[in-house]
Amino acid sequence: MDAATHVETLLGEAFPGDEVSVEDRTGGGDHFQVTVVSPRFEGLSLVEQHRLVYDALAGPLADGTIHELRISTKGTQ
Amino acid sequence: MRDQIKDVIETSDVALFMKGTPQFVMCGNSQRALDALRRAGAPVTTVDILPDPRIRQELSALSGWPTIPQVFVRGELIGGADIVEELERNGALEQTLREKLGDEFSSEERVVAVA
Repeated sequence: MDAATHVETLLGEAFPGDEVSVEDRTGGGDHFQVTVVSPRFEGLSLVEQHRLVYDALAGPLADGTIHELRISTKGTQ
Repeated sequence: MRDQIKDVIETSDVALFMKGTPQFVMCGNSQRALDALRRAGAPVTTVDILPDPRIRQELSALSGWPTIPQVFVRGELIGGADIVEELERNGALEQTLREKLGDEFSSEERVVAVA
């Protein structure tokens, strides 16, 4: 499984049924733009929203699979 | 070292932990955060995390935030480059600075080292 697919799988598990997309920004498999649209973000600050994404991707962030991560989060309302 | 990092976070109006210095930025995301803060006229205190890998380890242990850059206003984590840019876009960055620092905040920049 390539890294982008792995990232997408992890986000899909953390945000089941929500809109998740992953873009490999450089084609190198380690710079990603991820976008998550989830009702779980409603009422949360941006810091809290991004923390949920970081939590989902803690593994690849810690082991260096993800070298750079850009995050965009949105609630569904 | 952890106490020094904590001290910068708690005593700076705006603290930016970045890769490199404002004169020689070593990472695109650090540049994005710095640029957004400058456009908002923020009085930024920058800390280069590159000289010693322990700086980043200790910082992330303190903040619970895994990536660089990290921006704090009066001790509170505001976020990384994506959040700072988004706050700038929706007008909340200047508003946060005014709320926390008062209307007449200076835009003086400062570079500090931790070791």
